[in-house]
Amino acid sequence: MAVSDTTTAPMNHRRPSNARSILALTGPAYLWLVVTVLLPLAAMFYFSFLSDVPLAARDWHATLANYAAFFQQDFYRTLMWRSLRLGFEVALWCFVIGFPCAYVLAKTIKGRWREALFLMVIIPFWSNALIRVFSWTMVLRGNGILERFLDWLIPGFGSLDLMFTYAAVVIGLVHSYLPYMILTCYISLSTIDDDLIDAARSMGASRLTVLRRIILPLSMPGIVAGAVLIFVPVIGSFMEPRILGGREGTFLGTVIEDQFTAVFNWPLGAALSFILLACVMIIFAIFQPILRRAS
Amino acid sequence: MKGHDCIRFLTLAVSMASMTGLAHADTIRVLNWQGYGTDEDWSLEKFEAATGNTVEHEYFNSEQEMLTKLRTNPGTYDVVLINSAYTQQAAEEGLIQPLDLTDFPHSEGLQARLAHNPNLQYDGKLYGIAWLWGVTSFAINTGAFDEKPDSLMELWNPAHAGRLGWRDDAVESCQFAALATGQDINDPSDYDVIRERLHALKPQIRTFWNSENEWNQYMSSGEFDLATYWSGSAARSKQNFGLPIEFVVPREGAIAWLDGLSIPTDAPHPEAAKQFIDWMIDPEFYVQWDTEVGAPISANEKAVEQLPEGAFNKQLIAQLKEVKSLPFMGPMSDETREKMLEVWQETKTFYQE
Repeated sequence: MAVSDTTTAPMNHRRPSNARSILALTGPAYLWLVVTVLLPLAAMFYFSFLSDVPLAARDWHATLANYAAFFQQDFYRTLMWRSLRLGFEVALWCFVIGFPCAYVLAKTIKGRWREALFLMVIIPFWSNALIRVFSWTMVLRGNGILERFLDWLIPGFGSLDLMFTYAAVVIGLVHSYLPYMILTCYISLSTIDDDLIDAARSMGASRLTVLRRIILPLSMPGIVAGAVLIFVPVIGSFMEPRILGGREGTFLGTVIEDQFTAVFNWPLGAALSFILLACVMIIFAIFQPILRRAS
Repeated sequence: MKGHDCIRFLTLAVSMASMTGLAHADTIRVLNWQGYGTDEDWSLEKFEAATGNTVEHEYFNSEQEMLTKLRTNPGTYDVVLINSAYTQQAAEEGLIQPLDLTDFPHSEGLQARLAHNPNLQYDGKLYGIAWLWGVTSFAINTGAFDEKPDSLMELWNPAHAGRLGWRDDAVESCQFAALATGQDINDPSDYDVIRERLHALKPQIRTFWNSENEWNQYMSSGEFDLATYWSGSAARSKQNFGLPIEFVVPREGAIAWLDGLSIPTDAPHPEAAKQFIDWMIDPEFYVQWDTEVGAPISANEKAVEQLPEGAFNKQLIAQLKEVKSLPFMGPMSDETREKMLEVWQETKTFYQE
């Protein structure tokens, strides 16, 4: 009895201090999130229901017209589909290129070489996104680095004319977001026990079967996480389409940017942003069962 | 050290005041685009030496921002640059004060149709002093043309498919189409025709440009054969960057714009502000600015006359006398602006398909 008394007493004491330390440790992070994410988002949500920017000397009232505009104008829906298609294609290409790369990093290469290759994956992250996009303009433009290289490789290759096309936007975005896919896939691939693969091989499974039945299912959480991390920012992107896409670079993201910077119609820009957000949420809700099974 | 500086400053101030015969020197605050004439250091030094007044600047990035700054900071600014398409709106909101041309000695040289431009007037009173003007048209890469074109329809010429640079701006795009179809650029009557003209540009456009810097980059890397452009910027691209371009004034006309200098309603130093505006329309300032830096056309005819022979703006003004129509960008209702934006966004979406 005496023993149990002495053991429960300190535990009772510890509980409140535990809660306090949880609060002390997580509090700043949540406070930061509230101030930097939720408050501006709430302000934008409020703006999206106004008729004009609520500044002095401007008439404004509450309205649903900004949301209605999206459904009245066909071109907003066309642009929405284009943006979603872009997000899907960029995520797909990131998977096609990033997954083999992550596999090699996780399973084939060991030691210092792995570190060196990792560095090469991460280095683009350290440079400004704008610089990366402008570098692409030098590579892709007519008689640019890529065309000259191909012409040197295959004389008389001719012109690709990639600059200012949809393909140029995809190339630029895939390059920007590829590290996400490689890193998330690498993490889930490196947790797969090598013995599982060896066992499957010793029982006569072909390489393709191993990939299909063991590696892909077990690395699915990483693939899904990477795809989501890429899909969401890409559908709202505006800088890459504007610089690389030229005439073919109009997406919902660039139209939203126009509303904020060119015509000073924040309410409509905010409303379009929230419609985009709603679309993303609907897509995730539809794919929820698949996403949950995958992770 | 401090005391020493203080005495030096006082002596300087007193000697300057006695030199110019002024009771005291003011610091005036100017609201303008950055790098648009009023903030040239050499001119401000001379202005200070001549009048004792110093000049501080604040900048805006859009007309809307300029109006917002005037609304939210009354009693802060002494001089503000307002595009004449917005002067009436600013006057109507009570943001700027009426002016009298006789307070500005150098205004005698101003071109009459600019000095008394209806867009600078509101309720029968003058609210802005005409300062600079120019036209929006297009420029060609001389290497891509055997002969300089003289028609606006060159923009739609299939020979330049995929070689046209176009500014991504709703109002300017619709105004080009309005000009090409003979409509009022400030209030077009037939948007279907405008839409059809803009849709027809689809095979022509290489890419959109947004700033002068971008324009120079695209033109020098050979992306454009021809591109819409502003006359003042064309002068700079040619003179300062040595680009092989020619600015075209089409026979159908061009979109003209006029910038005026105004004084806000509660300007703290209205007298110094008037001196500064007069300084700005002085031919002496303009000639040096245009020859050393490059500028739009001065509203002061005497200033343009004093430019050296062969100067870009001198040639331009001669060409502009020949054109059929020179409509000025004027005040525009919110409905017109929104309609133009809608037509332009719909057109850009059409370009994707």
